[in-house]
Amino acid sequence: MISSNLSAIFYLISGILFILALRGLSSPDTSRQGNYFGIAGMTIAIIATFLSIGNFSNSFLYVLILLILGGAIGAFIAFKIPMTAMPELVAGFHSLVGLAAVFVAIAAFLNPEVFNLGISGNIKLASLIEMSIGAAVGAITFSGSIIAFLKLRGIMSGAPITFSGQHYLNLFLGLGIFVMVYYLCKIQSENIFWTLIVVSFLIGVLLIIPIGGADMPVVISMLNSYSGWAAAGIGFTLENTALIITGALVGSSGAILSYIMCKAMNRSFFSVILGGFGADNSSSDTKEKKDQKPVKSGNAEDAAFLMKNASSVIIVPGYGMAVAQAQHALREMVDKLKKNDIKVTYAIHPVAGRMPGHMNVLLAEANVPYDEVFELEDINNDFANSDVAFVIGANDVTNPVAKTDPKSPIFGMPVLDVEKCKSVLFVKRSLSPGYAGIDNELFYRDNTLMLFADAKKMTEDIVKNLD
Amino acid sequence: MEIDPFIFRLSIFILSIFVGYYVVWSVTPSLHTPLMSVTNAISSVIIVGAVIAALATTSDKSFSPSSIFGYLAIILAAVNIFGGFLVTQRMLQMYKKKKKDKK
Repeated sequence: MISSNLSAIFYLISGILFILALRGLSSPDTSRQGNYFGIAGMTIAIIATFLSIGNFSNSFLYVLILLILGGAIGAFIAFKIPMTAMPELVAGFHSLVGLAAVFVAIAAFLNPEVFNLGISGNIKLASLIEMSIGAAVGAITFSGSIIAFLKLRGIMSGAPITFSGQHYLNLFLGLGIFVMVYYLCKIQSENIFWTLIVVSFLIGVLLIIPIGGADMPVVISMLNSYSGWAAAGIGFTLENTALIITGALVGSSGAILSYIMCKAMNRSFFSVILGGFGADNSSSDTKEKKDQKPVKSGNAEDAAFLMKNASSVIIVPGYGMAVAQAQHALREMVDKLKKNDIKVTYAIHPVAGRMPGHMNVLLAEANVPYDEVFELEDINNDFANSDVAFVIGANDVTNPVAKTDPKSPIFGMPVLDVEKCKSVLFVKRSLSPGYAGIDNELFYRDNTLMLFADAKKMTEDIVKNLD
Repeated sequence: MEIDPFIFRLSIFILSIFVGYYVVWSVTPSLHTPLMSVTNAISSVIIVGAVIAALATTSDKSFSPSSIFGYLAIILAAVNIFGGFLVTQRMLQMYKKKKKDKK
């Protein structure tokens, strides 16, 4: 058994190790070391907790068994999950943190003596506020993440679900939370505490259902942030430094990522939260255009010819590439091009995948060296000096309409200037619009060659034709 | 007059938000997915609360309503800790630099 002062020092050390874990991610070289710091921080925090309680009876054995059981499940998932499914995985993991926060808050409410929060029915006021915030945010994180998980997994349609009075209902329930916390502090009734948790679950569901599939990167980042604030709320209740530091780190990290994602889509955070984007409300407009304009289409042979005679090629991958599992074929193609002394780089839009940085992971999985992969602002000027842009599975992020048409829903969104290349190769199944539901003007340009096929099959055919 | 310990915790909290702000902005965009999975793993340090709920009982019995919630939270957090760190490790292993020998 160790004193509470000593355990507080250990918690501080683990908090610092967590900061170093995030710091490591500033470059891929230091990132692996950073992850070990994180693991060390977690180990220290858990061992310090065991030692400070000093209860090594049968219960300790149960705890170890559950720890190993949960760990085995987690490890199994971590090794089995395909990289395309990372967004679902992260959403699923967020829901677990949220639910764990709710359970800890419930445990603290039912048995406040062991947490030094007073006695049941007469819990310290500050602790009561902190634990109800932790429980409410945790519950919202849990149910919100479940909905996000179902939408990403495709079990639930990505289309936004809206009904009249939705925002008023959310507002009403949100205010209800404050009222309940107030009365909970006054009369400390168990029923109010349970109602609080149930209403928070409901808010989580209502908050995420109106948000469309295209906004999912923001939602995941936002839930990331919530899970941090929930942890911080519990950290205040337990007077635990490690939890407070971690909660603050995770909370601000998620908030920054949401901001980056919103900016990349030129959407205000509030309009994402209010939802409804991604609904098919501009379809009539697109159908008209589709029938009229001529499109140049080609085959793998044409594409191979164009690229062979180029001196520089920029690849613009999108989520469609990952869905078709074309990343390995793509890298094969790039290897062939490089053998012919053609300079090849990759251009990645911040929302190219389903979550921040998703496309980078997918390319890394296909053994693409990370120093050939560039972010939008670093490569956008290079399109004008390049011969071929090879767009595979991306659409909205290349649409020049975002720069020219103020009426377009994506106007103002930063896009990749692929049209400035001498020629653009566009691998796509059909002319159908992307997530935003708007037509891409690029399809009808003179320097665009459409390659209508499955991304993987087309890339493989090009590889054959490059020989 | 003595300062309430809550103020100290609040100070730690606010300073940590600032640390988080600067540290996260320095994370390279290509590592944003590992950032999310590792923040997810470290937020599972909430397991310390679960362990207290499960082990620090006032009675001799292993199971009480509050300890059961503690045990449940331990499983959830353990899935997250192991899953989060391991999947981050798996992703980070894939990030490689260009090989120097070209042919």
